[in-house]
Amino acid sequence: MKTRSYLALEGISVTFPTRKGLFTALGQIDLSIERGEFVALIGHSGCGKSTLLNVISGLTKPSRGVVFLDNEVIDRPGPDRAVIFQDHSLLPWLTVEENVRLAVDQTLKGSRAERRDWVRHNLELVHMGHALAKRPGELSGGMKQRVGIARAIAMSPRVLLMDEPFGALDALTRASLQDAVMEIQAKLRNTVVMITHDVDEAVLLADRVVMMTNGPAATIGEDLRIALPRPRNRIDVAETPDYTHARAEVLHFLHQRFSNPVDQAA
Amino acid sequence: MAAVPETVMLSTANAVANDSPTPQAAEAAESGVVLALPLPPATAATASLKEQPVRRLPRILEAASDAAAATLPTIVVLGLLLAVWQFACGAPGSALPSPSRIWTESHEVILHPLKGVTFHGLTPSVEEGDVGIAVHILTSLRRVAIGFGLAALAGIGLGVLIGQSRLAYRALDPLFQVLRTVPPLAWLPISLAVFQQAQPSSIFLIFITAIWPVILNTAAGVQSIPPTYRNVGKVLALNPLQYFTKIMLPATVPHMFTGLRIGVGMSWLAIVAAEMVQGGTGIGFFIWDSYNSSLLTDTIVALIWIGLVGFALDRIVGWIGRRIAHQS
Repeated sequence: MKTRSYLALEGISVTFPTRKGLFTALGQIDLSIERGEFVALIGHSGCGKSTLLNVISGLTKPSRGVVFLDNEVIDRPGPDRAVIFQDHSLLPWLTVEENVRLAVDQTLKGSRAERRDWVRHNLELVHMGHALAKRPGELSGGMKQRVGIARAIAMSPRVLLMDEPFGALDALTRASLQDAVMEIQAKLRNTVVMITHDVDEAVLLADRVVMMTNGPAATIGEDLRIALPRPRNRIDVAETPDYTHARAEVLHFLHQRFSNPVDQAA
Repeated sequence: MAAVPETVMLSTANAVANDSPTPQAAEAAESGVVLALPLPPATAATASLKEQPVRRLPRILEAASDAAAATLPTIVVLGLLLAVWQFACGAPGSALPSPSRIWTESHEVILHPLKGVTFHGLTPSVEEGDVGIAVHILTSLRRVAIGFGLAALAGIGLGVLIGQSRLAYRALDPLFQVLRTVPPLAWLPISLAVFQQAQPSSIFLIFITAIWPVILNTAAGVQSIPPTYRNVGKVLALNPLQYFTKIMLPATVPHMFTGLRIGVGMSWLAIVAAEMVQGGTGIGFFIWDSYNSSLLTDTIVALIWIGLVGFALDRIVGWIGRRIAHQS
């Protein structure tokens, strides 16, 4: 039997029907991710990053190809692949605790007290233990996304999927959330796939940066391993040659080899 | 707020949550915190504690003066209108009775709304025949309660159906769009022919009037559930019943209650019209009866009652909607 990686995408392509005929968003993607690996997906807007993430989460069905997770075929969404959405998508009528509780009730079998403690434990992990009874409307954008992270990790997922989790936040808040993600990742060693637009974020957080070519029929252009030692500190790491080198390589890919299609058209 | 670094916000939020028992004090602490950023949290906490007793009493007076400021213009305008009305219709032989004539001719109706009702302990018994205006109002309200209750149940059910299923929407929406434009009274002959009696036919009339806004608003609410909420439901693998109770219902409640509020208002319009035509009991009948007896002053009293009750119905449904939206 062929040995597959923990998360294996084999020959994934996605086509959408549009008014002008079929549109091929993703063409022939193969990607292997090991258990506990943190992979950042980077590429220009509209290159199909989100589509690829939706294929892994099961929200989008691939037109061709198969996704294997731990040698099982994935064909529908499920709580073993938790998603952190860009807009946090907390339910505004539930409190912080109830939002996480909803996810925990779906995934954890156990007594009420156990589930309650698990909810609180995960909210403590993201430093939101003080806001259990608040509703999302009373929180800042960064705090909402912290709760979104708590909801996802509380599901003890086999894969954690992040769809531009910090895209809507200001730079300072984003840095603080990146630190929180690194802190949590050091403890939990989740298998993570994160979409981002931000070169520094990708290089700082990820073990591998997977760069996607421009659509249509986007595919993987380059797969760069980031060998920086952990724990990483954003200030110290920024001065190391490894970091600058990795950063330059991603920038080169995004702005010279596959520059923004909008700029090319102009 | 967004520009403040995350860590600082967390610590100040802690201070607010722990040290200020009232929302007013929390507000004060929060607004003070922006200026007091370099200070340790303890300073902010003592500041908010000191502020509390000073703020307490003026709050009550403030609330009273706010209430006065909100109602005073209405009272002044009402007084002016009554004065103009009295001036315009005060002459003897005027076709429209003046306020003072309404009082002299109809004060019996105004002062004894519960005429014909006798209480044995707590259970009221209503005499046959000539009864007070509140009894008529209650008769109408009972019909509205039954008809509107049925319309709310059926309307929410159908609304969820056509909001959720594209096929059902295509099949039913055109029918609903046509039927909802039929005026309530146009249903009355059919209703009378089918049900033969005043009570069920007026309940049907309420039902058929109130159901359309409930259906259409509920459907619009279901259709406008943000796709990310649906995705949350899918990722969590909620079953259809869980999805309905945990996501669809709470997300749709505001729309639903917009429909219910419009529906209850239309019910009240329809019941008065229906009872005017049918006769027998109810506030609509009271109006028609007083007109036929040339008691125009009684009619005007009834109009005021109808307005106030309709206003109350609207506010009650709106209030329930807000309560549910906050809780769920």
